[in-house]
Amino acid sequence: MSEKVKVTIDGITVEVEPGTSILNAARQIGGDIVPPAMCYYSKLEGSGGKCRTCLVKVSKGSEKDPRPMPKLVASCRTGVMDGMEVQNITSPEVIEARKGVVEILLINHPLDCPVCDQAGECHLQDLSFEHGVADTRYEFERRTFERIDIGDKIQLHMNRCILCYRCVYTADQITEGRVHGVLGRGDASEISTYIEKAIDNDFSGNVIDVCPVGALTDKTFRFKNRVWFTKPVDAHRDCPKCKGKVTLWYKGEEVLRVTGRKDQFGEVEDFICNTCRFETKNTSDWVIEGPRHIAHTSVISANHYEIAPTPVIKKNQVLIEANKIEFDRATKV
Amino acid sequence: MNFWERLYLPAIFQGMGITFRHMFKKKETVFYPEVQREFSENWRGMHSLKRDEQGRERCTACGLCALSCPAEAITMIAAERQKGEEQLYREEKYAAVYEINMLRCIFCGLCEEACPKEAIYLDGPIVPADYLRKDFIYGKDKLVEEPMKLS
Repeated sequence: MSEKVKVTIDGITVEVEPGTSILNAARQIGGDIVPPAMCYYSKLEGSGGKCRTCLVKVSKGSEKDPRPMPKLVASCRTGVMDGMEVQNITSPEVIEARKGVVEILLINHPLDCPVCDQAGECHLQDLSFEHGVADTRYEFERRTFERIDIGDKIQLHMNRCILCYRCVYTADQITEGRVHGVLGRGDASEISTYIEKAIDNDFSGNVIDVCPVGALTDKTFRFKNRVWFTKPVDAHRDCPKCKGKVTLWYKGEEVLRVTGRKDQFGEVEDFICNTCRFETKNTSDWVIEGPRHIAHTSVISANHYEIAPTPVIKKNQVLIEANKIEFDRATKV
Repeated sequence: MNFWERLYLPAIFQGMGITFRHMFKKKETVFYPEVQREFSENWRGMHSLKRDEQGRERCTACGLCALSCPAEAITMIAAERQKGEEQLYREEKYAAVYEINMLRCIFCGLCEEACPKEAIYLDGPIVPADYLRKDFIYGKDKLVEEPMKLS
C-alpha cells in the first residue's frame, strides 16, 4: 500500500490512507469533531454530496500547495491531501454555514416530531437541536403530499423527505431491480416508486434504516410506541438470506420492531432482509445477546440499563444476588 | 406562692378568657369540600387534557409528558385517526388510552412544561380521596375536558 498521508482536523493529526475523504478521516479520530452527515452513508457507494451539512473549512490545502480552499467544502466528497489542515467546529464560519444548511433543510420539513415515528432517532432532529434556529424565515407554503404505501410494509411520507438519495442508492445497490427513484427536479423532485409499484425485493426494508428522517417508516411499527419507551436488545438468528444480526426493540414481552444494528454514526452494520425485519417478531425466533449500547446523549438511553450496578456492600453475598436479580429484571425486557 | 396564686382561680379565668375571645374571632379553617379556598396563580392540581377551539383533543400521544415525568405516573397508547374522526382529534395520531396514576403523581408540572401541543394542564382541583388503589388511575374519561357547550 502507498504511504499514509497526514491530515490535521481541528488540531488533531491523524494518518490515513490516501484517497480517504475528510469525513472518514474525522471519523477515525471520532468525538465532537466528526462533521454531521445527512446524506453520506459509508455502506452506500456514491452517496454523499447532497445535503451539505458536512461542510468544513480547509485552511491549508496540502504540504505542496498550502493555499486554503476558497470555499467551504463538503467533507464527504473531498479527499485528504498530505499536510492538509481542516477546521470543523473550531471555525465560526463553518458553524454559521451549517446553521444555514439546517434552515434550508427545514424549509419543507414539517415540524410534526410529536407524530413522527422517527423522533428520538432522527438525525435532522439532532442537527436542528444543535445548530438550528427556533424560527423559520420561510413565508411560503410548504409542499405537501399524500402518504404513499410502498408495498404493504413501508410507508413514504414525502413531506418529511430531505432528498438525501440514500434510499435510492440502497435500492440501486442492495436490490437488483430498482423500482425506486427520484422524479422531477429541484423544488419539484420527489421520491417515487414509479406509479407506486411495490418493492418485492428481499432487502427493500433497509430503506427504512438508511432514511435519516421519518420519510420512510415501518408500517408495522406505525404509532405503536415512541422509540424511547422501547428497549433495544441485540439478537441474531440463522438467516439464509442475510447475516441475521439485528436489534430488537422490546416493549414489555413484545417485539415491536426489528432494525439493523446502527453504529455511532447512525449507519447500519449489516443490511438485514425483510424476513428478519417484518416477519420474525417473536422472542423465540431470536438468540438474545444482550442490551444494545446506546449513547448517553440519546433520549433512548432513558431507563436503559447495560451493566449491572455495583452492589452497595461488595462482600455481602445476599445483596450481590439481589442486585443480579434486579438487573435481570431490568434488562430482560 | 401567695394565697391567690395557690387558689389557681385567676389563672383559670385568664385561660378561659383567651378561649372565649377566640369564639368571636374570624375562623381560619374552611369547611372543605363545601367551601373551597381560592387557589394561587401557580397552583398545580388535577390534570386536564385540553381541547382546541373546535373541540378536538389536542393530545397527539407524543409521549413527552411520560418521558419527563419523574414519578413515571403517565402511560399512554397511541392510535391512528381514522377517516371521519377529524372532528374528534386534532392530529393524525391521538391517545387512545391515556392514564395518570394519581398516587404516583407528585404534581411537579413537568408534563405541562414538556407538552409541545399545549394539551395538558394541571389546572384542576385537589385530587379527591378514594378507597381503592385502582380508582386512582385516572383515564381519559376523567382527564379530558368537557366539550364546549353550544350556546
